[in-house]
Amino acid sequence: MPDIWLPIATQHLTNGKHRTYIEGSNVAQVMDGLDKKYPGLKALLCDGNDITPGIAVIIDGEVTNIGMLANLDEKSEVHFLPAIGGG
Amino acid sequence: MATRPKEAKNLALSTKEFSIIGTRPPRHDALDKVTGRAKYSDDIQLPGLLHGKILRSPYAHARIKSIDTSKAMALPGVHAVATSADLPQVSGKVVDLENGFFNYLFLSNNCLANDKALYVGHAIAAVAASTQEIAKNAVSLIEVTYEVLPPVMHGLKALEANSPILHDNLETTIDATARAGGYRDGSGSTKGTNLANRFEFGIGDVEEGFKKADLIVERKYRTEPVHQGYIEPHGATVLWSENGAITIWSSSQGQFAIRDLTAKVLGVPESKIKAIPMEIGGGFGGKTLVYLEPVAAILSRKTGRPVKLLMDRTEVFIGTGPTSGTDITVKIGVTNNGKIVAAKALLVYEAGAFPGSPVAPGSQCIFAPYNIPNVYIEGLDVVVNRPKSAAYRAPGSPPAAFAAESTVDEICQKLSIDPLDFRIMNGAKEGTRKGSGPLWKSIGYIETVEAAKQHSHYNEPRGKQSFGRGVASGFWVNGSGPASATASVNSDGTVSLVEGSPDIGGSRTVAAMQLAEVLGIPSEDVKPSIGDTDSIGYTSVTGGSSVAFKTGWACYEAAQDIKSQIIERAAKMWKVSTDNLEYQSGKVCHKSDPELTMHFKELALKLNATGGPIVGRATVDPRGVGGAFATHIVDVEVDSETGKVNILRYTAVQDVGKAIHPTYVEGQIQGGVAQGIGWALSEEYVFDKNGKMMNPTFLDYRMPTALDLPMIDAVLVEVANPGHPFGVKGVGEVPIAPCMAAIANAIHDAIGIRLYELPMSPSRVLDAIRSGNSSS
Repeated sequence: MPDIWLPIATQHLTNGKHRTYIEGSNVAQVMDGLDKKYPGLKALLCDGNDITPGIAVIIDGEVTNIGMLANLDEKSEVHFLPAIGGG
Repeated sequence: MATRPKEAKNLALSTKEFSIIGTRPPRHDALDKVTGRAKYSDDIQLPGLLHGKILRSPYAHARIKSIDTSKAMALPGVHAVATSADLPQVSGKVVDLENGFFNYLFLSNNCLANDKALYVGHAIAAVAASTQEIAKNAVSLIEVTYEVLPPVMHGLKALEANSPILHDNLETTIDATARAGGYRDGSGSTKGTNLANRFEFGIGDVEEGFKKADLIVERKYRTEPVHQGYIEPHGATVLWSENGAITIWSSSQGQFAIRDLTAKVLGVPESKIKAIPMEIGGGFGGKTLVYLEPVAAILSRKTGRPVKLLMDRTEVFIGTGPTSGTDITVKIGVTNNGKIVAAKALLVYEAGAFPGSPVAPGSQCIFAPYNIPNVYIEGLDVVVNRPKSAAYRAPGSPPAAFAAESTVDEICQKLSIDPLDFRIMNGAKEGTRKGSGPLWKSIGYIETVEAAKQHSHYNEPRGKQSFGRGVASGFWVNGSGPASATASVNSDGTVSLVEGSPDIGGSRTVAAMQLAEVLGIPSEDVKPSIGDTDSIGYTSVTGGSSVAFKTGWACYEAAQDIKSQIIERAAKMWKVSTDNLEYQSGKVCHKSDPELTMHFKELALKLNATGGPIVGRATVDPRGVGGAFATHIVDVEVDSETGKVNILRYTAVQDVGKAIHPTYVEGQIQGGVAQGIGWALSEEYVFDKNGKMMNPTFLDYRMPTALDLPMIDAVLVEVANPGHPFGVKGVGEVPIAPCMAAIANAIHDAIGIRLYELPMSPSRVLDAIRSGNSSS
């Protein structure tokens, strides 16, 4: 199952847990699974059914450009971090 | 002459051989640039052109009670006056645009102030007139009634309980991820705040980590805002036609960003706007936003004529974004043998008048060079009464590197460990977990440190009195994004390439070279140009050191498209299967019949007789971008009587992936270092007590000149990026990151005093020498 790293500001919903494993073959499925496991968590990371603007989803060390549509595999590691713009 | 350390045996260098990549052909834009024929934003002349001028706030913080434009309108030659009342009310919700994350209400209010002036220089109103002189006179006739409010100029002050509040309804976005903060539709904060955003992240258990440390060093650092200092001031000409079509000619880092942002501020569909990119006289991140385009557009709508708005140098300083001022606290714990066990940082970045400082990238860069098991980082984005900050070369990273790398140097000194050995011992590599959580993919940090250690500069005998040598490292994430290219084969065997990235640092040649490499033709046979928004597919901004990567990739794919079509065409001519043909070194050949061979130029001659033109097309949004690391060595001499720091020698070692055009890469490194030296030693915004900038000219805002700098030796370490067809990594931004810390460390080496504030100007150095104390 994908390895999901939970942002510190969501950990009040996860009993302080910073990492969990959620079934899912894409980010959308994992997000729904996260919200089922930790109600309210999706609202912290999403604006409706899209990732909240300003949040970067990092999958296996790489920022994805397609948010909820990004595919995951069994060993994927997913992080949510502040998005970055360059100069 | 730059150094290429191919002889260094412990470097993982790019070994793949290319015919075009890695060579130094003439730049395609050289003749136009040196003859003055290149067209910049001020070169646009149109029939009926009107000239605009902006009225700017004399106050750093004031409520706008009324604006009376009647006297200005009555002045002969004045055609229109515009205020924020002419702009539509747009949403204050943060939205995602391909080029970044924007709050259009803030963007609109920065173009023309709405209810408050939030910094000296904030645009209040604009005039369009027959001549620039009349426009200038007219703005002086606009009567604005202000209720002057106390300003807050410093981020830490702005966080205090009784601080003046800039935005009555600003809502702090307190979560681990969101960046820009700001108003949210339908809700407002119940009490005022200047804290736009706060986030935190980390790995491990930082407090437990510090318990394992034998030595803990905690220090506070301050950096002042500095400007990008591009030579060409902002300029835009806009024609709003009677049929609603809007044409923009402007100097920017992205014509599509200009189109999209202007459309949002004006409340018109993007399809109504054509943005034409002019040549750009420098940007460095500062030309990724709109300032003039929406204002010129509404003046054009009012008059039915094209309107040109130009800034002078003072307007550039006071009306456009410098980078943030910052306050950074760093705490690092190490064992006696020099292993880092924990690190913590608080980064407070001043966003200027509207949210959106580069605190997010600063936070993710600050400990990037190191393998640290326990990390905690907190970032704050704070509004103050200064111009809205804009991106500047590796946004957020240089102040972060100044803080972290100065602290590391102090640790090395206390432990008597060579600073480069310390970095090799603690350096991040592929598989190391970042402080932000993810694992590093292929990176070349340690290779830069090893190359620095082997460099003659590091091993050269030291000078004597007042001599100091310092080193520091830095990181920039690099970016990517959508990019497009269209390449048409001409009958003479050349290729006309249209791509979408405004060329700031030589990118059109770098794009052409990647296309030429695939086709096996000379770079000079490719004619690159940058298309407007109606003639090329969407391409994200020239920013984030992304263009050689993403647009180069688009050109690579467009060339592959041409190759496929050439093979199909040859198969048709020779009546053979495409499976039997291959394209190599500029020729299409039959795999088993040596008689069937045709050069690219020969086939180009036959296109229209064999089926018509061949046009290669590609749109990409590639991942696999490789982050960039650099390690710098600097020698300084400190004049103990004047406090002046002279740079004696500078060596910048950088992992560049694969240098497509080494001369351009060296130029990027040298340019970044020159800007970093200015940031370190002389550049700063100086404000009076009322928030007015006291040095808004290049005479008083002291950027280094060629006379202030030694030859900067650029060492190219090529750890090829496996995520790009040619191994490309962005190279343009990271060279500014290590400079301030390297120089601060050298100054400490010279005089035994550590400076914690930038710039390390003669007066600040002299004060430190006289007091015998470090500056914080």
